[in-house]
Amino acid sequence: MRNMLIKAAAAAAFAVVGAFAASAEPVKVGFSPEPYPPFFSPDASGNWTGWEVEIINAICAEAKLECELTPIPWDGLIPALTSKKIDAIMNSMSITEERKKSIDFSDKYYNTPTAVIGPKDQTFDATPEGLKGKIIGVQVSTTHAAYVKKHFADAAEIKEYQTQDEANQDLAAGRLDATQADSIALDAFLKTDQGKACCDLKGMVAEDLEILGPGVGAGLRKEDTELKGKINAAIKAIRENGTYEAITKKYFDFDIYGG
Amino acid sequence: MTAISLPVSVRARSWLKPHRIALLAVAAGLVVTAALTMRWDWLARYWDLALLGIWRTIWILVVTTVLGFLLAVPLGLAQAAGPRYLALPARVFCTVIRGTPLLLQLWLLYYGLGALFPQFPWIRQSELWPYLRQAWPYAVLALTLSYAGYEGEVMRGAFAGVPRGQLEAARAFGMSRWKIFRRIWMPQATHRALPTLAGETVLQLKATPLVATITVIDVYAVASKVRQETFITYEPLLLLALVYLTITGIIVFLFRRLEARIPSRLG
Amino acid sequence: MQSGLFELLSPNPPGWGGNLLRGLANSLLIAVGAFGLGNLIGIAGAWGKLYGGPIVRDLLETYTTVVRAVPELVLILLLYYAGTDLIGRLLEAFGYQRIDINGLVAGIGVLGVVQGAYSTEVLRGAILAVPQGQIEAARAFGMSPCLMLRRITLPAMLPFAIPGLANLWLIATKDTALLAIVGFNELTQETRQAAGATKAYFTFFIAAGVLYLAVSLVSNVFIGRIERWARRGMPAVAGGGR
Repeated sequence: MRNMLIKAAAAAAFAVVGAFAASAEPVKVGFSPEPYPPFFSPDASGNWTGWEVEIINAICAEAKLECELTPIPWDGLIPALTSKKIDAIMNSMSITEERKKSIDFSDKYYNTPTAVIGPKDQTFDATPEGLKGKIIGVQVSTTHAAYVKKHFADAAEIKEYQTQDEANQDLAAGRLDATQADSIALDAFLKTDQGKACCDLKGMVAEDLEILGPGVGAGLRKEDTELKGKINAAIKAIRENGTYEAITKKYFDFDIYGG
Repeated sequence: MTAISLPVSVRARSWLKPHRIALLAVAAGLVVTAALTMRWDWLARYWDLALLGIWRTIWILVVTTVLGFLLAVPLGLAQAAGPRYLALPARVFCTVIRGTPLLLQLWLLYYGLGALFPQFPWIRQSELWPYLRQAWPYAVLALTLSYAGYEGEVMRGAFAGVPRGQLEAARAFGMSRWKIFRRIWMPQATHRALPTLAGETVLQLKATPLVATITVIDVYAVASKVRQETFITYEPLLLLALVYLTITGIIVFLFRRLEARIPSRLG
Repeated sequence: MQSGLFELLSPNPPGWGGNLLRGLANSLLIAVGAFGLGNLIGIAGAWGKLYGGPIVRDLLETYTTVVRAVPELVLILLLYYAGTDLIGRLLEAFGYQRIDINGLVAGIGVLGVVQGAYSTEVLRGAILAVPQGQIEAARAFGMSPCLMLRRITLPAMLPFAIPGLANLWLIATKDTALLAIVGFNELTQETRQAAGATKAYFTFFIAAGVLYLAVSLVSNVFIGRIERWARRGMPAVAGGGR
């Protein structure tokens, strides 16, 4: 009897909340709602554009999945995935051993080197010696945060930001001496008026495959092998049928898939 | 408040009713379950950082409430008894602070001002630059202004509420204006504001985690760090809630002591 | 600050004003929802605290104490992730499909629970402020508890409750900004995005501040009217006017 009552209550709750839920079962692709050009940028009409948005659409179209972009802050993406708030993360998230402890990844869909930029009026390079005594900013829980902690922690002071955009902002404001991030994302910043005025490229950091990982993939739940298979097949297909190249050409003059 | 006059044993008995014992047992059961089934192995690794975070939170809380209160006194006084050219700006300040979210004020000060720096190169040569470069001065400024805005409104009421007869009597005794303020007006107004002061201070504590969004490492930022580095979602947050509960308890206790020490007979 | 102020803030697409207004609409929607939910919880909570059994009273005391002592930001994170996870697991345990709770519903739920704790205290205080004689008189006339609540307790407590509730409404509008931390597209989050995309941080944060302030000032006008309406027929309170 009691059990029935609870079931009835749950059913009522389901009916109430269910009214708000979408009827279909789309794949919810989580991304952090922050400007991260040229991969993700908001536009003035409230939509998201960029290379990665187009790649997500291409992959979903290829795999015949109905995808829905779901904004979740960067540091909440993995918890949101494991608690089933979203079904996949496609947000320039690098495939790393550390993350693989909690989630699974598809094959990579791009891979680019990691760069350090800094103010124009300072000269240094992206080595522990060069960064001695500097303040370096990184986005929280990224491969770059892990990298600077391992390689530069003894030499430089590390500051962590919620978004890479805020780290760039503080670099332009002069509160940081350097920031480390994906070379393409930083290049996009250096091409803005603000970036041109303040900063330039200091160099690429030394490779560390264990931390930086083999590239960017879609983050998936470990048990979702079916979705993983579909996405892997779709990545392979768009690489082969030219869709990937066509999208890439719109944004870059080289292939960012990497070797 | 009659409970205070009862002997301790009676109070304890009236508090520990049978259903309370049952509820406490349930609570203890929940705590034990949480301790056994949830993951706490990260605690040892982050212990030092957590203590540092708690210390920073308390430091920010104390500094901003003290500075904020010092600012609230002239704000309240200007509104309660000041000339129009002082009362009006004070009122506008309180309205703006109370009418906008603190998070927005904080981001405006930190990122908004930061965006203006490149346009004024001399700022980087100034002596203030080493402070402007860091995040905590902005956190302290934003929280101080916020506390002053809310408490300024309270102090306005408190100053206005001191009976006029008292001030007139003081004047009749030949006290100077400063002496009246120091000996009569201010102490009575503070006493009137004390009960709300405790509440405002708890609200201030609850506002401190916002500073984590501008890179200040308080106890909330430490909990976020644990969540980000270990991917453990709930345990750090639960412990964090417990830390704030404890600090709130301490604040309430301290203000009760303070209130009890001041005789409550008002003229 | 590359382009002009008005171009940036224009409500039509090259300008970002439309995004801010959409954010404002979302903020207001959540504030209204959370305030409504909070008051429902508050009425139930106040009733429970005043007339409930000892266990109900202690549980409600725990709820209001914890919510009022722990930062909203922490509660939002806990409820946003844990709350939705828990509902999903419960549904699964009873053999239903896991449902997806969108940001709007989650935001209203989370802020509503926070508001409910404060509302409980406000309404409890207001009910206690109703002169005992009025309630006794109602009982003496043989009114049923339901009729008494509708005709006597609620209308009589309203003047005492309105200042507190008005304050809660203002807090609700400002607390929606905290949902920016969980990535919900309300005004502060939209502002942050517009600022990040255009680099005009100062302009956009000031613009958002003006919008929030406008909401507060307009609310104050209405609150003043409602207060006067609720106090109609009551003797003026000495020194109560502002």
